[in-house]
Amino acid sequence: MRSRGLFSRCALVLGLVFLYVPILSMVIFSFNNSRLVTVWDAAHSPTLKWYVALAANEQILRAAWLSIRIALVASTGAVILGTLAGVALARFGAFRGRLLLAGMTTAPIVMPEVITGLSLLLLFVAMEQLIGWPKGVGAVTITLAHITFCMAYVTVVVQSRLAGMDESLEEAAMDLGARPGRVFFRITLPLILPAIASGWLLAFTLSWDDLVITQFVAGPGSSTLPMVIFSKVRFGVTPDVNALATILVLIVATGIGVSTVWMRYQQRRRERDVLLAAAANL
Amino acid sequence: MVAGIPILWLLVLFLIPFIIVFRISFSEVRLAIPPYTPLFTWHHGSPSLQLHWSSYAFLFTDPLYVSSYLYSLKVAAVSTLCCLLIGYPMAYAIAHAAPASRSMLLMLIVLPFWTSFLLRVYAWIGLLKNNGVINNVLLWLGVIHHPLALLQTDFAVYIGIVYSYLPFMILPLYANLEKHDGALLEAAADLGARPMRAFVRITLPQSLAGILAGSLLVFIPAVGEYVIPTLLGRTDQLMIGRVLSDEFFENRDWPVASAVAILVLLLLVVPIMWFQRLERQELTAK
Repeated sequence: MRSRGLFSRCALVLGLVFLYVPILSMVIFSFNNSRLVTVWDAAHSPTLKWYVALAANEQILRAAWLSIRIALVASTGAVILGTLAGVALARFGAFRGRLLLAGMTTAPIVMPEVITGLSLLLLFVAMEQLIGWPKGVGAVTITLAHITFCMAYVTVVVQSRLAGMDESLEEAAMDLGARPGRVFFRITLPLILPAIASGWLLAFTLSWDDLVITQFVAGPGSSTLPMVIFSKVRFGVTPDVNALATILVLIVATGIGVSTVWMRYQQRRRERDVLLAAAANL
Repeated sequence: MVAGIPILWLLVLFLIPFIIVFRISFSEVRLAIPPYTPLFTWHHGSPSLQLHWSSYAFLFTDPLYVSSYLYSLKVAAVSTLCCLLIGYPMAYAIAHAAPASRSMLLMLIVLPFWTSFLLRVYAWIGLLKNNGVINNVLLWLGVIHHPLALLQTDFAVYIGIVYSYLPFMILPLYANLEKHDGALLEAAADLGARPMRAFVRITLPQSLAGILAGSLLVFIPAVGEYVIPTLLGRTDQLMIGRVLSDEFFENRDWPVASAVAILVLLLLVVPIMWFQRLERQELTAK
């Protein structure tokens, strides 16, 4: 027993090293002076010159701004559609179209992205021929595509949260005469809010990061940040991309750190409230 | 209404697109906008379908396509196996860690996933290339005297896929292993089974559903992977996702690209259905 525990613990540590070394190397080399990126120029490093270059790069800034706007709209749309689908799948029992909906929400998660991208573009082209909308491809078609593949993830997150949740509160509300809409907004929605929030974050990240599907449904003048990065790194390593990666890692780490501290704080407050309530009863 | 809106959305933006891809795979390429023969032609006031099999005939006769299919399957299978061999002990260790540190460890597994996938693949270029970090360290240690060719090899693609998809293997495995009842293992030990035997006879069979879910989550997208082989892989042997994209963007042959997509789908339809069944069981079991 002990020896196997040791083996799996070693595997865990090595696995984590494997997951983090590449990220760490990007961070380190973003402060390197040399254009060769992976050869450390000890005489002139660390330097912030790639960050300065990044801040002056109009193309990257424009693409980042477009990506943020698309991700904001797409993740919000995906959360609305995904929550509806998740609630329907988890609470409506066997309704007509259940199997269809269940199938269509899990398939996009594993579907190879080139296929999704190609099929969406062909749809948009066929639609334009047929009804004259959308006029060409661009930010609108990218957003529609992102909503579609992101909502699958939101559905799974919301559905599994609801599946693990007791229905008795909702039933009690209904027994007391609350209408279904009221039950949803007063009981169900507050209870699944954490799942919706993490679904939104997940959708935002996926949309912000997507390259393959976006490439198919993007047009001239609608290059997102991953598209710009891909065209830069396709033919080798460029140091300003390291600087960009470092900034992203910093944002994510800060976000996770803040949310962890926030959750700890909430938990401690709850515990204190329980203690106070117990003391008041003495 | 609640179910209707998402169903309608997915019908229009997920299901109908596949029907269109299917239809266009039976069109012929032409110099026009859009670059394929129309979906329907009108004959005496009624629509008629004209099916061309040329794209499929082309795919089956050109050895380039057959070999990229087989190569994609091989790469996906090997990467899935590596993910399983690395991910299983990691998931096991997390499931057996103290409850307080479990969520912390899970967060460490998921955290890289929140940073950009593209940038994490890009990071491996810097590590693997001829004057990259790995070669520099090995040269400095004196293990090798000439840089190893690591980039643009099968090895680099395996690393890239394992690195990017490892969390997808670990999470379902952890979800499964965490539910196991320790009493069974204790009973086996009491009855004199050695740890290895107890693992093979009890833990492994019980975790089969987790192994399957994780493997499918890695294997299916890996078959069609585009970014990783393009950035890290060989230039003389393409994977099928790259072939599809090149047919579409470089050759502007939409019917052939559609036919490639349909053949990949045919190949993946069994594993995808399998995955959906597992997913349904998982979601209704709770």
